[in-house]
Amino acid sequence: MKVYRTVRTALKSLMRNPLRAMLTTLGIVIGVGAVIAMMEIGVGSSTAIKNTIASMGANVLLVFPGTAASAGVSFGAGTVVTLTAEDAEAILRECPSVRNAAPVVRARTQVIYGNKNWVPSVMYGTTPAFLDIRDWTELAEGEPFTERDVMAANKVCLLGQTVARELFGDESPVGKEVRVKNVSFRVVGVLGPKGANMMGMDQDDILLAPWTTIKYRVTGSPLQTVTQGSSSSSSTTSSSSSLYPGSGAKLYPERSEAQAASQPMPVRFNNIDQILLAARSAEEIPLAIEEVTLLLRERHRIRPGEPDDFNIRDMTELTRTLSSTTTLMTNMLLWVAMISLVVGGVGIMNIMLVSVTERTREIGLRMAVGARARDVLQQFLTEAVVLCLVGGMVGIALGHGGSKLVSVTMGWPVESSPEAVAAAVGVSAAVGMIFGFYPAWKASKMDPIEALRYE
Amino acid sequence: MMEAGARKAHKDELIKLVSVWKTYRMGEIDVHALRDVSLEVARGEFIAIMGASGSGKTTLMNILGCLDRPSSGSYWLDGEEVSRMSADKRAMIRNRKIGFVFQNFNLLPRTSALENVAMPLSYTASHLTEKEARRRAKEVLERVGLGDRLHHEPSQLSGGQQQRVAIARALVNKPPLLLADEPTGNLDSKTGEEVLELFQELNREEGVTVVLVTHDPHVASHAERIIYIHDGQIVEDLPRLHSRSPSLKEVSHEGV
Repeated sequence: MKVYRTVRTALKSLMRNPLRAMLTTLGIVIGVGAVIAMMEIGVGSSTAIKNTIASMGANVLLVFPGTAASAGVSFGAGTVVTLTAEDAEAILRECPSVRNAAPVVRARTQVIYGNKNWVPSVMYGTTPAFLDIRDWTELAEGEPFTERDVMAANKVCLLGQTVARELFGDESPVGKEVRVKNVSFRVVGVLGPKGANMMGMDQDDILLAPWTTIKYRVTGSPLQTVTQGSSSSSSTTSSSSSLYPGSGAKLYPERSEAQAASQPMPVRFNNIDQILLAARSAEEIPLAIEEVTLLLRERHRIRPGEPDDFNIRDMTELTRTLSSTTTLMTNMLLWVAMISLVVGGVGIMNIMLVSVTERTREIGLRMAVGARARDVLQQFLTEAVVLCLVGGMVGIALGHGGSKLVSVTMGWPVESSPEAVAAAVGVSAAVGMIFGFYPAWKASKMDPIEALRYE
Repeated sequence: MMEAGARKAHKDELIKLVSVWKTYRMGEIDVHALRDVSLEVARGEFIAIMGASGSGKTTLMNILGCLDRPSSGSYWLDGEEVSRMSADKRAMIRNRKIGFVFQNFNLLPRTSALENVAMPLSYTASHLTEKEARRRAKEVLERVGLGDRLHHEPSQLSGGQQQRVAIARALVNKPPLLLADEPTGNLDSKTGEEVLELFQELNREEGVTVVLVTHDPHVASHAERIIYIHDGQIVEDLPRLHSRSPSLKEVSHEGV
């Protein structure tokens, strides 16, 4: 009741000079409006940037086979073959924070079409999930290969833009056959352009095929894989290599039965070179790492205390970029908001001081008819706060409208932000309090006799 | 006069000043605005305080109105010693016990008569509902003859009407004491006369004690009792019959 009456009195006092009230609060209107608009546009672009960075692979985790070490000499990552395609399937099935998982088999050989040839810098055998993980589902042409192709080890492939350009020029590669070391692959699609990665490597210089095909039909022949340290071990077990000609001299001498019995080699038939994982979000990466570690240790029967036979890498650099981008954005907006609201507040204080001086007689009168100092203080403070709040409301409406306009006319991504609205209301009330206090205090300290006599 | 005397005999004092001094310090010199003023005003009296400018009548008025405190001496208003009260308590006394009427009306601009009158009610400790407050404001406005001007703003009212609004505002809390500081100073003689008649009427019919501060003998002659103040001292305290006002006779018909 009392609050209601005080607010009503304040509104009436303000309405006695509506133009001035409007101009006074304009600072707050513009301040809050700018904050809201900036916030909505900012949050929108921040989300867009986040998505872009995420598409660069911020959520991506790589699982590599572990390190072989002999007498203290480590041979580097991927020197033991422990990962299987089943591991990838199990991860996808059992780790809730992993969105998708794809096994990867690497190769590097020549690709031939007609009288042209090219060696793609990346040749991956994988599953269709790879495209989803790398956020590469938009193809320039054709269609991706399927799970069925993977299971049947079908000779189909997807070409990156660079490979397609080098081999086909302006021709459409879809439906054509390319030869990868005497294996004929039908091109089913061309990947969309992705450009260079952060290290400057051309990501479009890529050939993707079902991992079974690459493994059993391409790298399976030992001659081609001598340069591939990680793949070479599979050559001894690949049964499909005998299907094709060209098995040359072995790099290492054949092991005798006795040797094999006394020094068993960790051999798996369907080992793969790495597993590519996508966490559900950048925040869930640590959780995903934990889950995958637990699962793989269990699957590989590693006793507690023994080291992992695999290692997991994340894109720390990208993740950090992502969080720093967001923080920078938020801080910048915060400062802009602060400055504009302080400017608005100074405007309020200025006009409130003028108003107090101008209304000296009114203050004297109110004191004469029984207003205590605290009543006067309360009245002027309420006026300032009401002014700021009304300004804040108008600002919110304007800012929201403005950002909507921007999103409609310019197509910028915009996200409405309830936090910003709440903060704007809170801050404008606070500005009213802070900058209204001094004038109100000055009014309350007036001597009624002097005030009544004031001309 | 007889009636006033009878009231005094009952010792029903509304105002009692006992050797009040008011001293202002101006640099090295003490200026005595009031020197040893003692005064008693009974409930229901209509008095005028007269004096030239600088005589101390405004200081006396400020002290009577609880806007100022005496430097020494004591002031009893309606049985309460107000000279030692804190500022907040005096504000409450002003709200409940005193109605002010000023020379320049002091109405809130661009605010309707009704709201001007209801304004003091918002400082009353016992909170009335909005409706109740408006009803009371309307009543007093009707009492001063402005029942048809409730929603007019000061700029739409004549001087006399504005002063009536101010009187209504002074009366809205039903105070026992009405303090008027040159209430006719800004009015022409005809409307001034009407305002003074309103004071007399209120005094007679509502029993409100009226204290008029003026330098105009004609205005003062409307009172039952005139106090002359000179150099901070009461020099004469005359019942109206002894007043030397020229308009004495005609007033005596209307008064009492």
